[in-house]
Amino acid sequence: MNKTVNQKAWFLILPVLILVAFSAVIPLMTVVNYSVQDTFGNNQFFWAGLDWFRDMLHSDRMWNALSRQLMFSGIILAIEIPLGIYVALNMPKSGFWSSFCLVLMSLPLLIPWNVVGTIWQIFGRVDIGLLGYTLDALGIDYNYTQNSFHAWVTVIVMDVWHWTSLVALLAFAGLRSIPDAYYQAAKIDQASRWAVFRYIELPKMAGVLMIAILLRFMDSFMIYTEPFVVTGGGPGNATTFLSIDLVKMALGQFDLGPAAAFSLMYFLVILVISWVFYTVMTTLDKREGN
Amino acid sequence: MADVATPVVAGDGDMTIEKPRRAARRYRPSGSAIVMALYLLFLMLPIYWLLNMSLKTNNEILGSFSLWPRDLTLANYAKILTDASWYMGYVNSLIYVVMNTAISLAVALPAAYAFSRYSFMGDKHLFFWLLTNRMAPPAVFALPFFQLYSSIGLFDTHIAVALAHCLFNVPLAVWILEGFMRGVPKEIDETAYIDGYSFPAFFVKIFTPLIASGIGVAAFFCFMFSWVELLLSRTLTSVDAKPIAATMTRTVGAAGVDWGVLAAAGVLTILPGALVIYFVRNYIAKGFALGRV
Repeated sequence: MNKTVNQKAWFLILPVLILVAFSAVIPLMTVVNYSVQDTFGNNQFFWAGLDWFRDMLHSDRMWNALSRQLMFSGIILAIEIPLGIYVALNMPKSGFWSSFCLVLMSLPLLIPWNVVGTIWQIFGRVDIGLLGYTLDALGIDYNYTQNSFHAWVTVIVMDVWHWTSLVALLAFAGLRSIPDAYYQAAKIDQASRWAVFRYIELPKMAGVLMIAILLRFMDSFMIYTEPFVVTGGGPGNATTFLSIDLVKMALGQFDLGPAAAFSLMYFLVILVISWVFYTVMTTLDKREGN
Repeated sequence: MADVATPVVAGDGDMTIEKPRRAARRYRPSGSAIVMALYLLFLMLPIYWLLNMSLKTNNEILGSFSLWPRDLTLANYAKILTDASWYMGYVNSLIYVVMNTAISLAVALPAAYAFSRYSFMGDKHLFFWLLTNRMAPPAVFALPFFQLYSSIGLFDTHIAVALAHCLFNVPLAVWILEGFMRGVPKEIDETAYIDGYSFPAFFVKIFTPLIASGIGVAAFFCFMFSWVELLLSRTLTSVDAKPIAATMTRTVGAAGVDWGVLAAAGVLTILPGALVIYFVRNYIAKGFALGRV
């Protein structure tokens, strides 16, 4: 759509700007403020310059949390995106069963995150949970609070359970927008099922899939509540992701300076990666528009 | 990745292409149905287990292992619904979620209109900057929010949580609404202005009904993300505005965990979401694509 140039449009955006300035800029400035200062208590602060940033860049703790985080986000994207597409391809296209699937699939998305954690914490317990009990009965020594591999599997399966539906619903929305004529043309050309997927369905889903990847990346990178409830970051530090570590540092140990420096770098990493996704997405949008 | 992607080729069969689609739907081999049934089973089992536990007594939960409640009891629910310190959690959550949805929509509507209709200085940067707030980890903001709202005397009020949740809901609402508004032809605006409508009259009387489904979807998303968030709402409240999700930790007492009540509280937190989904089910698919399909 051709847009008119109109500088007065700023007035329409003003309410958002004021609100976001209040709820984002002021707190962010507080963080910046802490990140360059040190304190001995009593609310007396003095200038520390970039020391905290330097410290954090050399701290194994942060690098370990970051690599765990990247691994976690990578694994769940690698599972949820293909699985979501696969589920979307198998969903009923319309009618009662379509609504039925939509409602049931959306259900995990609307459960408060700590309840999601609680559900899986219970589900995985060997004494009272169905999953833990079954695995135990099968002779697998399953224990997500002691064995870090089991903890990882539990957290990943939980995330797949929680969020695959989001990817599936997005992919489904993309699939529904493909006109029947495309399929008829493919039929005339005797295209294989794979060719239909590769040359019709996948390109048409590209836009929504980018949104899916962007949302899943951002949210998995900020994950806090669910693993915190299930494993508490343990055993040891095995599932201590960035947010868990940050909250531990800021609210637990009250190390404001390092925590603030950590926060800013954390935010920056998300920002850079998301910016890449976003740029790809808007480029795709434009190409489709032409 | 390959393991998961390959069945796409084999699983669905050639039916969709071989025959006209309407007929294909009727005769489709049940492959898809099996996939969906397995997936839905995977989704529902943990929820069923929670429901199952909420209907048992603690003795039964800990004493024996059963796939369904032998000794059906509603005592766990009764405990929650008769105790003010429990059910006020739900009231508090609902109050701030509704407040947040209203605020988010009120400020996002004009902004989305501006982004979808006009180009102006810095619009693209501004749009991305708004989105960056959706990317901000709540963990980063927990402590500064606590200090900010304490210093202006809003700590432990519903409005504090509602405003804090605007951090991620306003950008999302703007994003969704902008997508829906782009789909409305601009000629409608121009015709209305020629007919003598002022901007506010046009916006309320003509434009809003046209994007009603978009508003519904945006409201759904604001509701959803505000309802499920815990880190910020827990940090910003202590007693008066404490959300249900935080109240749930009370079940961990000196005598161990009260599993039955915990499960019942969990089931009750799922209900509002289920109700909301039911009402917007026809728009969900489009809404999840943020109006961009």
